[in-house]
Amino acid sequence: MDYMNNRKKWVLSTIALLVAAFHLIPFYILITTAFKARGDFSSKWVFPEKLAFENFSEAWETANLGSALTNTTIITFFSALLLVIFGSMAAYPLARRQTRLNKFVFMLFVAVMVIPPLTALVPLYKLVVDIGMMNTHEIAILNNVASFLPLTIFLYSGFIRSTIPKELEEAAEIDGASTLGIFFRIVFPLLKPVTASILIIACVFIWNDYQFAIFFLQAEEVKTITVALAGFFGENANRMNLVAAAAIMAVLPMAVLFLLLQKHFVKGLSSGSVKG
Amino acid sequence: MYLPALAAVCFFILYPFINGIKISFTNWNGFSQTYDYIGLDQYTRMFKDPDTWLVVKNTLLYGIGSTVLQNIMGLGYALLLNQSIRMKSFTRTVVYLPVIISPLIMGYIFYFFFAFQGGALNDLLVSLGLEKINALGDPSINTWLIVFVNTYQFVGIAMIIYLAGLQSISKDFYEAAQIDGASSFQQFKRITLPMLMPSITINMVINIIGGLKLFDVIISLTGGGPGNASQSMSTFMYDLYFNRQDAGYAATQGVFMAVIILILSLSALVYFKRKEIEA
Repeated sequence: MDYMNNRKKWVLSTIALLVAAFHLIPFYILITTAFKARGDFSSKWVFPEKLAFENFSEAWETANLGSALTNTTIITFFSALLLVIFGSMAAYPLARRQTRLNKFVFMLFVAVMVIPPLTALVPLYKLVVDIGMMNTHEIAILNNVASFLPLTIFLYSGFIRSTIPKELEEAAEIDGASTLGIFFRIVFPLLKPVTASILIIACVFIWNDYQFAIFFLQAEEVKTITVALAGFFGENANRMNLVAAAAIMAVLPMAVLFLLLQKHFVKGLSSGSVKG
Repeated sequence: MYLPALAAVCFFILYPFINGIKISFTNWNGFSQTYDYIGLDQYTRMFKDPDTWLVVKNTLLYGIGSTVLQNIMGLGYALLLNQSIRMKSFTRTVVYLPVIISPLIMGYIFYFFFAFQGGALNDLLVSLGLEKINALGDPSINTWLIVFVNTYQFVGIAMIIYLAGLQSISKDFYEAAQIDGASSFQQFKRITLPMLMPSITINMVINIIGGLKLFDVIISLTGGGPGNASQSMSTFMYDLYFNRQDAGYAATQGVFMAVIILILSLSALVYFKRKEIEA
């Protein structure tokens, strides 16, 4: 609105600045806490005179953050990969061939979305113990994939129905391509925008997952970043500086990624949530 | 082509969910190989248990409280940041950033703020010559803090959805309204709000589901305490199963939670969808 007068513009800009400042307070406190030396009991609002970088190295080692970050990366990567492959493959026939069976299967996937993951927890835990998959990356991956598949299928099939022209596939079929061939060579590349949204939504949630990780990944060597941090907090509750340093290091990879890919993140999360 | 997906969903969600209903009729302790079917005993126990109602009350507070707050703030921020003003994209980024942070870690970040010993809030109060407050240990305050932290973390999603909604409203409506002499408030009420109905529906439904399922931030901020004072249904279930070896009862609470989430999210969906059509 170009005709907005100058005074109104300044008032609104000031309000925006206050909003930003208000939202930055927790981060400011996190940073000052993380940089205070062990005996420094000055107010959290005052920036420390001498920055205690040793908090970071000590936290990195005692919380075993290197291994936790590696585990989290492996689990997030493979969950996202399988999610995209199985999700898109499942969505294709459900979107294109509306037989009675397919309609039922689609409804089943949608209905499953409403089940709160925790309600299945008790028996799921038993199941995982019974099949001997406790404390493996595989169970975390499979479980993440299963819990995100319904939303993924929902988003993919909506996109296929509304934007992918059928004619392309029909032409390929006449040329003798198989269904899988058509799917992977023609349809899948066209799904790029929705694939990007799904990857962003799923990766944020899987990276941050605590609910499932705490149940299935308790052994030291498979701990993800959230589980490692929760354990570290439990052991060092009275050493806030160390915990804050660990929290910063745990948050940093995603924060950097977010700032680099901001546009895509916002677009992905908003379009995903708009449709989901 | 959907067989692998179907198998995964059946094996990891549907089968455990149905099994969960089965377990809710037993006295299983969570680890022994045997258990007995005890009919509706866990259900009568649940309805008589004062903790159930405390936890349901908290869960509703988390679900409805954060939904109301997130939508009011999210809409306010979207209206503000949809104007051509300075610091617009910076402010959007700042409001949005917490969305990507793990709710567990968000709880720790706010722990540094509210902790009784050495928390930033009490540092401030002391320097102002005021009494320290035990915000996290006081049940009448800490449940609201959980609502606040959840809102702080996810208001960015509400804001982005409202921004997208605002940007899809054609400028022509406002120009016509201005010619007719409508005030800004009338324009907001007659144009902006009705045109935003689809965004409102989405925000209501995802926020209500998110708030009712709240888990991580409670674990890290208050641990559900003191006692059970700030537990949600999710954390209560977790506690029953893992700390109290009461798996049958945990499953019963789980079934109850699914019913509550289903009823509330579907009512919100139906209610706001109807408003959309009227608007």
